[in-house]
Amino acid sequence: MLETVFSRPDALRDVTTHYCPGCTHGTIHRLIAEVLDELGVRERTVGVAPVGCAVLAYNYFETDFHEASHGRAPAVATGIKRARPDLVVFAYQGDGDLASIGMAEIVHCANRGEKVTVVFVNNAIYGMTGGQMAPTTMPGQVATTCPLGRDVDMAGHPIRVSEMLSTLRTPAFVARASVHTPLLAVNAKEMLRRAFSYQVAGRCFSLVEILSTCPTNWGIPPAEATTWLEKNMLPYYPLGVFKTPERGSREPLPLEG
Amino acid sequence: MTKKLMKGSEAIGEAAVQAGCHLFFGYPITPQNEIPEYMSMRLPQVGGTFVQAESEVAASNMLYGAAGSGERVMTSSSSPGISLMAEAISYLAGAELPVVIVNIMRGGPGLGGILPSQSDYFQATKGTAHGDFRLLVLAPWSVQEAANLVQDAFDLADYYRNPVLILGDGLIGQMMEPVEFADSREPIKVLPPKTWAATGHNGSKPRSVINSLFLDPEELERHNFHLKEKYDRMERDEVRYEAHGLDTDYDVLIVAYGTVARVCLTALEELAEEGVKVAMVRPVSLFPYPSAAVREAAAGAKAVLVVELSMGQMIEDVRLAVGRSKPIHFLNRVGGMLISPDAVIDKIRAIEDGSSEEVRHA
Ligand SMILES: Cc1ncc(C[n+]2csc(CCOP(=O)(O)OP(=O)(O)O)c2C)c(N)n1
Ligand code: SF4
Repeated sequence: MLETVFSRPDALRDVTTHYCPGCTHGTIHRLIAEVLDELGVRERTVGVAPVGCAVLAYNYFETDFHEASHGRAPAVATGIKRARPDLVVFAYQGDGDLASIGMAEIVHCANRGEKVTVVFVNNAIYGMTGGQMAPTTMPGQVATTCPLGRDVDMAGHPIRVSEMLSTLRTPAFVARASVHTPLLAVNAKEMLRRAFSYQVAGRCFSLVEILSTCPTNWGIPPAEATTWLEKNMLPYYPLGVFKTPERGSREPLPLEG
Repeated sequence: MTKKLMKGSEAIGEAAVQAGCHLFFGYPITPQNEIPEYMSMRLPQVGGTFVQAESEVAASNMLYGAAGSGERVMTSSSSPGISLMAEAISYLAGAELPVVIVNIMRGGPGLGGILPSQSDYFQATKGTAHGDFRLLVLAPWSVQEAANLVQDAFDLADYYRNPVLILGDGLIGQMMEPVEFADSREPIKVLPPKTWAATGHNGSKPRSVINSLFLDPEELERHNFHLKEKYDRMERDEVRYEAHGLDTDYDVLIVAYGTVARVCLTALEELAEEGVKVAMVRPVSLFPYPSAAVREAAAGAKAVLVVELSMGQMIEDVRLAVGRSKPIHFLNRVGGMLISPDAVIDKIRAIEDGSSEEVRHA
């Protein structure tokens, strides 16, 4: 008797993606799909695709989808969830999308405590437009709009989104993961599972930041991209859970005096 | 059915609620704050949702998400806020989502002023945002008409799967008038079920993707032609205007919309008592524009007078309608200044005695 031990999750469509060789967008898609299947929520899930390399995510997931404009996925997700609280809503965003043009939307979505899940793919670069500097680009990292490397005196330091969002008082689940080794990918899936579970339970806003590779625009072969991420990104973007709804209170502070 | 004294802004909000709008997303801006304020009070009473967004950018994108779920949704703003919504409005039109957007216009450009104006005619009817699309634009002249048009707007938005813009000036928002709401209301169109809504799928319906991205040029071209066919149907079926005094002889035809047209009507009635014959066409739909009505009415006049609270944005549509067959004169105030009936009367007299200069054209 043969037993199937590995197959395509129901929440992933049987299509070829357009992602470059060595890009981890595809791995992240798979982990999300597995979690949707395991939680049994695929049929009531609506995704929100970003503007960025994942713009065609709506072709890859076997769920209903909205394509958002650049940076606005958290606002679109808010609209969907407020209209239909029974749906499971997730936004999938890159770092230019979320941490640059869409910074206001993500901060306020988290701060309102919208019961949605955001998967934030941090690859330290603008992938789709051809490798420009992102708010997450590492100091000294070369990009097409910082050909001499990111100058922190002029461009500031890379923004640590998970740390920043976890300063908000509103309860939330905020975690950072990576998928560049199989073991870390298993951890990433666990964080995604927790993030979606908090939403399904109606508990809180959840965001999982996932470090991702972009060999194409980093200008290095796929195998080296993994090492580059480990060496340059991991020390600055530590992995772990930054905030859970159990830690923190929604009670307003009393007025002093 | 009882008459109730209501502020325009409140009537707009109440009309939306009664049309089944249960979600409102907005951001404060004068002179329309009473609409979001009313909705924040009223929507929870009917189990609806009000969200004060972090910006008009966010509000319009929340609108997009909620509309894609098939719900009736509305936002309101004033001129600079509508500019910030431009990108989302283009996406709404591209993805063919029904929404109602209210613009209570103020003077511009830039931060401009907060007083009544009609300075966004071009923005509403021609250049709302990037891409090849049209909004259905309705301009009320009274509180009652504002309420009626808002309710019709939801039906039209659903029917055409297109954003509908209610274009009012500050006066519409602020003035108080008696309003009547019907006890029950039938949609003005036969509305198909929203099978396209993205509400999760279990194989019982095709997967729904709310989207305006077409990377294949042939597909985008087909989409553009499909949208145009829809706009053509609007031009055929949705023209709305009101005519005054066309049934007797007249020398001058006034073309004016919104509250300005009420001022013109007062002038027209005063002049009629003196035996000076003036008629008026008041466009109610600004897109589609009542070109044929303006052209036909102009045929019976010696001159056409356009009256606006802008630097003459609607003159272009009047010119397109009447061509060079008639001289066009123009009367305006801007910056929040208003036009009095006397100013209209003086202008008509000046046209009659030849002392008014016609608008030049290229
Ligand atoms: C309003 C607007 N500005 C700019 C763009 C161009 N644009 C498309 S994708 C993108 C950056 C995407 O980078 P990121 O979010 O990091 O995602 P990645 O491609 O790396 O996955 C930009 C600037 C756009 N589509 N819309
Ligand atoms: S450009 Fe970079 S982020 Fe985009 S698909 Fe290729 S590797 Fe992935």
